[in-house]
Amino acid sequence: MASSSSPSLMDSLFQRSLDDIIKGLRHQQAGESAFVSKVLEEVRREIKSTDSHTKSTALQKLTYLHSICFVDMSWAAFHAIECISYPNFTHKKVGYLAISQSFQESTPVILLISNQLRKDLKSNVEVEVSLALECLSRIGNLDLCRDLTPEVFTLMASSRIPVRKKAIGVVLRLFGKYPDAVRVCFKRLVESLESSDSPPIVSAVIGVFCELASKDPKAYLPLAPEFYKILVDSRNNWVLIKVLKIFTKLAPLEPRLAKKIVEPICELMSKTGAKSLMFECIRTILTSLAEHESAVKLAAGRINELLIDEDPNLRYLGLHALAIVAPKHIWAVLENKEFVIKSLSDPDPNIKLESLRLVMAMVSESNVVEICRVLVNYATKSEPEFCNVILGSILSTCSNNVYEIIVDFDWYVSLLGEMSRIQHCQKGDEIENQLIDIGLRVQDVRPELVRVGRDLLMDPALLGNPFLHRILSAAAWLCGEYVEFIRNPVELMESLLQPRTSLLPPSVRAVYLESAFKALVFCLHSYLQSATSSDHSALGLSDPGVSSQSYDEYSGAHGENGEESGTTLIQENHITPDSVLRLLNLIDMAVGPLSGSYDVEIQERTRNILGFTELIKPVLSDSLHPQDERHKQQAEASKMVRLLHDTFSDELGPVSMSAQGRVPVPDGLVLYENLADLEAVCGSSLPASSATISFEGSHNVEGATSIFISDQKEESEPSSESTSLLAEHRKRHGLYYLPSEKNTEHHEANNDYPPANELKSGVTVSNDAQDLAKLAEQSFLPKRKSKQVKARPVVVKLDEGDVLPISSKIPQAKDDSLSEAVRDVLLGNEADADTLTQKAAADSVSRKKGKEKLNAKEQEDDLDHMDSQSGTVQNPVKERSKRSSRKQNADEGDHGGDKGKQKRRHRHGKHRTREGVQNPPANVISQTPVPDLLL
Amino acid sequence: MGIRFILMVNKQGQTRLAQYYEWLTLEERRAIEGEIVRKCLARNEQQCSFVEHRNYKIVYRRYASLFFLVGVDNDENELAILEFIHLLVETMDRHFGNVCELDIMFHLEKAHFMLEEMVMNGCIVETSKSNILSPIQLMEKTS
Repeated sequence: MASSSSPSLMDSLFQRSLDDIIKGLRHQQAGESAFVSKVLEEVRREIKSTDSHTKSTALQKLTYLHSICFVDMSWAAFHAIECISYPNFTHKKVGYLAISQSFQESTPVILLISNQLRKDLKSNVEVEVSLALECLSRIGNLDLCRDLTPEVFTLMASSRIPVRKKAIGVVLRLFGKYPDAVRVCFKRLVESLESSDSPPIVSAVIGVFCELASKDPKAYLPLAPEFYKILVDSRNNWVLIKVLKIFTKLAPLEPRLAKKIVEPICELMSKTGAKSLMFECIRTILTSLAEHESAVKLAAGRINELLIDEDPNLRYLGLHALAIVAPKHIWAVLENKEFVIKSLSDPDPNIKLESLRLVMAMVSESNVVEICRVLVNYATKSEPEFCNVILGSILSTCSNNVYEIIVDFDWYVSLLGEMSRIQHCQKGDEIENQLIDIGLRVQDVRPELVRVGRDLLMDPALLGNPFLHRILSAAAWLCGEYVEFIRNPVELMESLLQPRTSLLPPSVRAVYLESAFKALVFCLHSYLQSATSSDHSALGLSDPGVSSQSYDEYSGAHGENGEESGTTLIQENHITPDSVLRLLNLIDMAVGPLSGSYDVEIQERTRNILGFTELIKPVLSDSLHPQDERHKQQAEASKMVRLLHDTFSDELGPVSMSAQGRVPVPDGLVLYENLADLEAVCGSSLPASSATISFEGSHNVEGATSIFISDQKEESEPSSESTSLLAEHRKRHGLYYLPSEKNTEHHEANNDYPPANELKSGVTVSNDAQDLAKLAEQSFLPKRKSKQVKARPVVVKLDEGDVLPISSKIPQAKDDSLSEAVRDVLLGNEADADTLTQKAAADSVSRKKGKEKLNAKEQEDDLDHMDSQSGTVQNPVKERSKRSSRKQNADEGDHGGDKGKQKRRHRHGKHRTREGVQNPPANVISQTPVPDLLL
Repeated sequence: MGIRFILMVNKQGQTRLAQYYEWLTLEERRAIEGEIVRKCLARNEQQCSFVEHRNYKIVYRRYASLFFLVGVDNDENELAILEFIHLLVETMDRHFGNVCELDIMFHLEKAHFMLEEMVMNGCIVETSKSNILSPIQLMEKTS
């Protein structure tokens, strides 16, 4: 029986009702979806029935499934339309419910209901009219709203209150979709404001105005007297809340209005027993009447009451209110400081969050240390999620505007170190950024940074926490870059090369290796320096205090010195030959195995280090042994080491984001616009670049040796090989590279970019340093701007803070035309509403078509306006006279201006421009006068 | 817009009524309901009834086994919405007499009509219980 696709008589007779379905659904435990699809199958069959009862029941079931079980019902759109055309009310209402639940503006069949809606709007049965109005308010699109505006307009004057109320509610939809409805309905809407005899009407109409005013408050300023009357007279809290919302929007536009309403609002706030209304008063005062000190004081008093209430809702709102007042009257927050901090441990996460925001609002230069101390304590005690929220807000507040509120950077850096060690800390990325950022910007804090970094690196436990890897990467980089501040570089090397570093991801490990390399070079450099200087002193006069002892003496005292090296010897950067040997052995042991790493970064850096140690070992170990040959060999070694040391000690400056843009394009350089053939180039360059990766270790050492011995002009092998490939590549496809400044400014044909943080040759170092200094000088323009309060160290700022000018927002055409229409109606320069009722449809079409033209004219007009302001006379005579008449009007005062504008508008007719919206607000305010009776 | 949606959800997280005042696809609805239910049902009595979610707020209240959740714009008055929820419950209580989850399940249509009387375009238009119920009584008479 169920096999046929068309409904049979049996189907109708034994159709399951909605109740059956609901009961069925309740008894399904697991197989709900199977049940639903079975019902759906039935519905698809039943809904085709010609019997109105069967059809509407099927639709009813479908609507239920749609709303509860997320079943698609867009396919049944036409059946829903059929149902609303049934005369039986029960069937009709099923159809309407289905439509309002499932239709959207773009539903294809939506226009088919236009006639039925009109019929029902004109019906004598009140509930039918209500259904139609509700339906329109849910699904009305441009066409429906335009077609049905006249009917709604009629109903707005209905004698039946419920109908009138709903008609007013629908108006909001009409205005939103079809702004020209304003010209028809607005007058009646305003009149409804005064129907104080029927509260439901006022309630509905104030809701509409509240929504309208929230989008474009300026246009409704002329209605202020009506709203004021409601504010003073109404006893309905719902209405009062809405009116307050309207005034919240209006008051900032008109200071006289603010002065007028502040007193009744304060009175309302102290008298009302309804917390919702009281809170709305508080909010209105805090957002829009913040200049009225006494009112704010009163509101602050009420907030204090909320804060100590037992109800968590009120506490939350109290904190929320404090957050509103914080930017303008921080005293109100400071008064409740203790409560706010106590709320950080409230059982409710929302209250915690709100109080955290307040705490952050209280932070200033003077109390940042204290507050951060408290917050970090809370963070260690909190559950992971809130802990990270706290850490995140500390980080963002402290780094705000280039660490504006930080005076003591040593403190802040150690705080960062402390935060990294908090158990749940997941802010690794942010802390990493700040550590490096501070290192680059604040020179004075580097010793402390290095100390913090060293402590982090030393702790083997931290390596096991993946959230900390980014921080460790920053610490390693800082310790390598500013290794001169390290008290014990040997110890640093040991922690950089400790076995547990194998837990690090390759990218971080590469940073570790590079830092180890830097530290190694630094150690050797200071060793050789001290050795030479002690030799000189030994030649002249023997100085027992300096380590001029021979290797033999040291080997005797090996154990002792080995342990002490950490503290005493390095104190003056003196490194013993013994510790140097140990370092070299350590490198062999820890770095050696990495040369086979699959990660290219690690492999490359490993090879750099190993190559260097291979090279330096023979020279160095000789210098450690026989006395006589020492000088020559040592000179050799120190030459090499100095070379690298100079490279690494070259200061890295921060680079402005826009630095590249400042590099001028040299004459004669042709830059291709179309880079389509770049793909071919990239394709051919790929094998070349892979070749750079797979160089041989022995080759590396050989090449490096020869270069170092011949002269110091070239870099060590790895980079020279890659640069030569780069050069070759560039020769072939030279055009796609930006010129390096060196090429144009310096003689050398040496056309390689020094890769950041890589080896550089001695000669290019000095050039680079100059370049960098130059570039830095260019990009540091506002750098000394930071105000130096107390002993605040210099914080280098770049001009990257300058935000690109955001292209001014294009006003939305719909809102635009809506507020324009409202303004017209309010200023009373529209023709009789009734004639417009018929005209409305045609009008809208022509408006739509003429939109582009209007826009063009607008621009012209704006230009004119600007011209007239700047005083250049280029405009047609007509335009000029218009402007001058406006100036006069402004002088004459509000009412005169009003009349003048009316005339002007009539003259320009439909193609009147939207100047009111485009011009600065000052103009608009003078255009929308607030009658004196109010002010 | 004011009110964006009204949901009634039982404590097992099953939706019993969903009324949206802006068009959302079924997938969006399913996602929203899932997120909100997860967020709100986990909260306890000592916690406040306001939850920030995406770019709006949810004001909720629990009556026996049923949660009433209302999504509102950020500048909406939270306490007024709580009062609105209470008004809705009282109205249903007056109509059904000691309303429970089953009443709403079996009279979903009526619940929708009550809401339609109270809210239009996301604005609260009617707050008097008898005014809300009189059209429904009228409907019962008509049909």
